[in-house]
Amino acid sequence: MDFFEDWPDYFEVVINWSDRLLEGLWTTIQLTIFGGALAFVIAIVLGLLAGSSSLWLRGPARVIIEFFRGISLVVLLFLLLYVLPQLWMRNPDLPFEGLVRNTFLLAVIALGINYGAYGAEAVRASLTTVPKSQWEATTALSMSWPHKIRRVIFPQAWALMLPSLTNLWVHLLKGSAIAYIIPFVNDFTFELNNLRRPTDIWFSHAFIGLVVYFILALILTLFMQVLEARAKNKLGRGPSLREIFSPDPKTTPPDASLPDPKDMTGPGGGPKQPASGAGAHPGGAR
Amino acid sequence: MITTVSGTLLAETIDDPTLVDEEEVRQSPFWDWEFAFEAFPEMFMAFLQVTLLVTVLGTIIAAVLGLVIAILLRILPKPLAWIVRWVANFIRMTPLVVQLIFVFWTFLWMDALTVGIIVFGVHYATYMSEVYRAGIDSVPKGQWEATTALSMSAVRTWRKVVIPQALRSTVPSLGNYAISMFKDTPFLLVISVAEMVTVAGEIGAPTFRYTEVFTIAGLIFLAASYPTAVLVNRLEKRLAYAH
Repeated sequence: MDFFEDWPDYFEVVINWSDRLLEGLWTTIQLTIFGGALAFVIAIVLGLLAGSSSLWLRGPARVIIEFFRGISLVVLLFLLLYVLPQLWMRNPDLPFEGLVRNTFLLAVIALGINYGAYGAEAVRASLTTVPKSQWEATTALSMSWPHKIRRVIFPQAWALMLPSLTNLWVHLLKGSAIAYIIPFVNDFTFELNNLRRPTDIWFSHAFIGLVVYFILALILTLFMQVLEARAKNKLGRGPSLREIFSPDPKTTPPDASLPDPKDMTGPGGGPKQPASGAGAHPGGAR
Repeated sequence: MITTVSGTLLAETIDDPTLVDEEEVRQSPFWDWEFAFEAFPEMFMAFLQVTLLVTVLGTIIAAVLGLVIAILLRILPKPLAWIVRWVANFIRMTPLVVQLIFVFWTFLWMDALTVGIIVFGVHYATYMSEVYRAGIDSVPKGQWEATTALSMSAVRTWRKVVIPQALRSTVPSLGNYAISMFKDTPFLLVISVAEMVTVAGEIGAPTFRYTEVFTIAGLIFLAASYPTAVLVNRLEKRLAYAH
């Protein structure tokens, strides 16, 4: 088979093209991070609104969520790319023209809005999963709204919503590949397509493209799992990061496995016994 | 069926928005009803003939293959199951767009539409296998023990006891994945399948009139996916109460 005979040449091509491939990879990473950040902000805001008890807040939020979830990512991207700039073409006095002409920014916005609307659903669902007694307790303590959300409700909802957010972020990374069809957004898929011509399709897309995307997705997942472990530990429901990453749990000083005093009564169940002695299970609280 | 075999598939169908003649845009109306009515039938035909076809066939492939993967993960010996799991993870965690391009250019003898249906089916099968896996795990242990006690064969155990119980709770999630597959169908434009959004782009290209076509495309997506989502939601609630 020619394919295997040509392998060494392909590697040479990749080395020659490595700058462009890395640039494309960097663009994809930027799309994922900026798009993810925008999606996160939109998800939190819309999720809180959609979970509120006032119909005036909940109604519009629901309409926005359903609209941007129902409309396909590609359609949204094209609407931003082809229809939105027309407003500026027709009214040259409108400000921020440069922003609408920036195709990279439009891609980030499309990804952010689309996946943000999905995320809002996850945020809302996790807010409703926080036990009702927790909400009632904050009312009994007459906490202000920002105070109770920040200190009581959100930390618990955060641990619940993280798995869904992880999935969505990986989805966003994969969805960002469609951005290659946009002019001036030369992401990783775009460079892969260029690499296809001097190399074999198998080489550029299967071995480099899919594997690199897979590794990126694994890194994202790992990062989010670390966040999840941390969030759970703060609620007193699991080992701390230091315990997870320590090579040998038994050598950690016993203090490290002591739960934080303020987490002594976790929402899960009753008061917890602090771990004692050097042989304590790293989980401590459990 | 428009299938162009060339390096720059999209550039031939949809304009570069940065190269548009702005003066021309300024003189044309923002919204032209006549043009919208002209474009609608063609787009709707593409919707029925391609978008729905890919969604339905893709969902069928995904539903069947997903179940096969879920069962294989359960019955295969450990090392083989490990391989199946990581292959499924690999397919699930890599972009559909790259998979479409990759399969399209590898199997050139295959029609672009066929490539689309197969890739969508296999990609979503890896999602659905997770749903089935959860469904199979939720079958109580007592049921498995009962089949052993009744000395049922493995095939009979799966067919008559496990799968009927496992499937029940999975229906809403499968419906949700079908909806998200439906919303992913515009990705097919990277292999020049004439699905609705591609056709919309082709209709708009000669005159740079994209307002109407993409708005209609968005509305058709909303009109099709929102009621289905509501229906799936109801089904989910009803199944939850029944338990």
